[in-house]
Amino acid sequence: MAQTLKPGSGPLDYGNRTWLKILFAAIFFALYAPIFTLIAFSFNTDKRGVVWRGFTFDNYVKAWNNADLQEAMLNSLTIAFISTIIATILGSMVALVLWRFRFPFKAGYEGVMSLPIVIPEICMGVSLLLFFTNAGMMAWSVSFVWPFNLINIIIAHVAFCFPFVAIVVRSRLVGFNRQLEEASKDLGASEWQTFWNVIVPFMMPGLIAGALLAFTLSLDDFVITYFTSGPETVTFPVKVYSLVRRGVSPEINAASTALIVITVVATVLAMKLQAPDKSGKG
Amino acid sequence: MADAIVSLRNVTKTFPGGVKAVDNVSFDIAQNEFFALLGPSGCGKTTLLRMISGLETPTSGQIIIGGEDMALTPPNKRPTNMVFQSYAVFPHMTVADNVAYGLKVTGVPADETKRRVAEALEMVKLTHLAQRKPDQMSGGQRQRVALARALVKRPKVLLLDEPLSALDAKLRDEMRLELTRLQENVGITFIIVTHDQDEALSMASRIAVMDKGAVQQIATPSELYEQPTSRFIADFIGKVNLINARVVSSSASKVVCDAKGLGRIELPHEGPAQGDIAIAVRPEKLKISEAQPKGASAIATEGKVRDVAYFGDTSHVVVRCKDDLELAVNVQNDKRAGGAGVERGQQVWIHWAPEDTLVLTE
Amino acid sequence: MDSWKVNPRVFWTLFTPGTFWLVLFFLIPLGWLFHDSFSDKISITETQFTGTLANYIRAFDAVYLTIIWKSVWISAVATALCLLTAYPIAFGICFAPAKWKPLLLLLVILPFWINLLIRTYALIAVFRTQGYLNLVLGWVGLGPYEMLYNDGAVIVGLVYVYMPFMVLPLYATIERLDRSFLEASLDLGGSQVQTFFKVTLPLTMPGIVTGIILVFIPCLGSFLTPAMLGGANAIMIGNVIEDQFKAANDWPFGSALSFLLMYVTFGALALRAFLASRSKGVDV
Repeated sequence: MAQTLKPGSGPLDYGNRTWLKILFAAIFFALYAPIFTLIAFSFNTDKRGVVWRGFTFDNYVKAWNNADLQEAMLNSLTIAFISTIIATILGSMVALVLWRFRFPFKAGYEGVMSLPIVIPEICMGVSLLLFFTNAGMMAWSVSFVWPFNLINIIIAHVAFCFPFVAIVVRSRLVGFNRQLEEASKDLGASEWQTFWNVIVPFMMPGLIAGALLAFTLSLDDFVITYFTSGPETVTFPVKVYSLVRRGVSPEINAASTALIVITVVATVLAMKLQAPDKSGKG
Repeated sequence: MADAIVSLRNVTKTFPGGVKAVDNVSFDIAQNEFFALLGPSGCGKTTLLRMISGLETPTSGQIIIGGEDMALTPPNKRPTNMVFQSYAVFPHMTVADNVAYGLKVTGVPADETKRRVAEALEMVKLTHLAQRKPDQMSGGQRQRVALARALVKRPKVLLLDEPLSALDAKLRDEMRLELTRLQENVGITFIIVTHDQDEALSMASRIAVMDKGAVQQIATPSELYEQPTSRFIADFIGKVNLINARVVSSSASKVVCDAKGLGRIELPHEGPAQGDIAIAVRPEKLKISEAQPKGASAIATEGKVRDVAYFGDTSHVVVRCKDDLELAVNVQNDKRAGGAGVERGQQVWIHWAPEDTLVLTE
Repeated sequence: MDSWKVNPRVFWTLFTPGTFWLVLFFLIPLGWLFHDSFSDKISITETQFTGTLANYIRAFDAVYLTIIWKSVWISAVATALCLLTAYPIAFGICFAPAKWKPLLLLLVILPFWINLLIRTYALIAVFRTQGYLNLVLGWVGLGPYEMLYNDGAVIVGLVYVYMPFMVLPLYATIERLDRSFLEASLDLGGSQVQTFFKVTLPLTMPGIVTGIILVFIPCLGSFLTPAMLGGANAIMIGNVIEDQFKAANDWPFGSALSFLLMYVTFGALALRAFLASRSKGVDV
């Protein structure tokens, strides 16, 4: 490290240090190069996918026409959609309760509520497998018509998504100025009117961010789905897993790229909505 | 200056984005001075101090400390130490470890370190708290740790960045006296940055007043107060009546001018003067009388009392004179009865000696 | 904040649904798993609770102990590598110009949102024998090398996948660190290296501990990464658990192994809580 100073650059201007810039470039390269090659080679005409032979959309057409992949994608989106709605409702209610009320053993309740986030996914996956099997739901759900046969997976996804939603919504609520609520009641609104007209609009960015988070988590989940899905209820990640075990193909690249685009768009949207907002803080 | 310990030569600091924090500053600080950098916030005084410490590097210009150019010397190799505004006492170390830190990292032998730490703690009266962690201490105590930690290094120059700003009023007065006493005892050059003129006037042997990145005047406290060289200084240090005037004629030792509300007056002034000028007079130099003063030498004007504010030892009286000229007068309340001796609305005369008046050409 | 008694109707309306879901579909399944870990397997599909510790004792058989030990050291090495790469990244972001910070943070977090499976698949395409890395090495006359299906590949995969988990807590602590501590150290004669080890590192320890826990726990419980990159000879506890619940069909043993993972998790969380309470002064 520098034993002398560079003119115009202070000793704490680490952002200007060449070694740090090189390290940054190297780490970001390592982080992104595999993903970008994956995306790039989804447009490759070569079957074995190592050497660039030419640009094509064929892989996307093939992936799109692959009935198995299509079904898996439809399952994934359906599960993500329904789980998101339930998880957002449950998560916001938990957030409201934790924000609004004092009650006995609250710290313990919060701790248990965050457990689905911290325990290893595989433990949650196998515990749900055990539960669904013993409760007969594993065998029972198979007899249902689509999309009701996805019920086990949806239940599992809601269980690990809604604590995340609760955290996001609660962090939004913390910024709420209670005087707005008092002002609304002072002006003659009932508890219920105040909730809908004052609190819900304030919560909205947190609700949307939480919902998008739940959507990506559900869409991306492999481990828990792997244990709770049956042979008829294959999701996209589970399908890709079985394909990958058989080898690399540009078709998987194409399907993966589609999923990457969906999640990245949802994530960037969620982050935009979570950006600090001053309104309502008074 | 022959015995300069710190010399600044055309020091300029431009921050990314083009803000010129310090603009072509040059001056010397002598051995054993208690030197203050005084100015409003954002005037560049802290940046200048940080450049002397090496925590900031000048865009151009030279900083010479103890005869050596410090351009490429990082802060850890400079003979300066700093007392930070937030004190920056390491929270994960005890008081003794904090004070010993600067000696340990530079390889001072353990027994010497121990002795010097004990001396330094003795000096700031913290010996009994040596094993405490900083989070168990008050702001004043943490400041003493910061002082001991810097002084134990025996720097050529001690830099203090707004050292009293985080203390409450009573502690601040105590610490002010203590810093002055400490500086006399250790015989090290102190450079203090402050925005508080009382602090600078009462502690420093010399003061550099800065504004917009440039040094406006360097002088002793009494010179700054009695002989400000510009309107900015006259206005910034203490209270002052500034009166616009226009020069009619000037000679080697005199200026004749037409002043707003005062008419044609003659003032002693050395140096050139022409066009629009300002004349300045401190409120405590003004006298109030009910009748027109006798004797032609005084500058006098008549007006109506607009406001009287009572401050115990003094009263501040505002008098409106001709041409909407408003003059502030400090009246000593030297009698128990009567206060300022004037009332709002009263017609009075104000007068003062021409030699108490300053002619400001800048 | 009001007491729940102020408005019990609203409280119960909001409290019940989430709690119901958490209890029924999270706590009861975990309880069942715990219960099963003390059960005996009596036929292919049936188990019976006997309160036996045999499943836990079996986990300490040489075969499984080796796998547990291997899981621990693979996770430890991966966590250490995450720390070594994430620290300079987090540090660099904190000291980057303000307008760059959000973008740099986004760049670090974004891969975390891309499907774990897809990222692992992308790594396979890079490292396999006919992969891009061997292709590039071939141009300079090296290789091809067999780089996948060993412990090293699993470690690289885990670092690749979990690095963002390390950056975030580190970023949060370094960002909160008062820079005048670093300046004071430099001013007192500490070199950049001394400043880093004596001031920066101890003061950012809470973030380091959080980061280590956030990476170590999922690494230890990982099942996908070793399954895809590790091949037959690099299995970890997660793969053994999967095997017990799928192919081997010994659920009580799988439950016991899962709960061993849970115990480690609880231990790590307790350790963090303990360290947090002890280092309260550091965060001032």
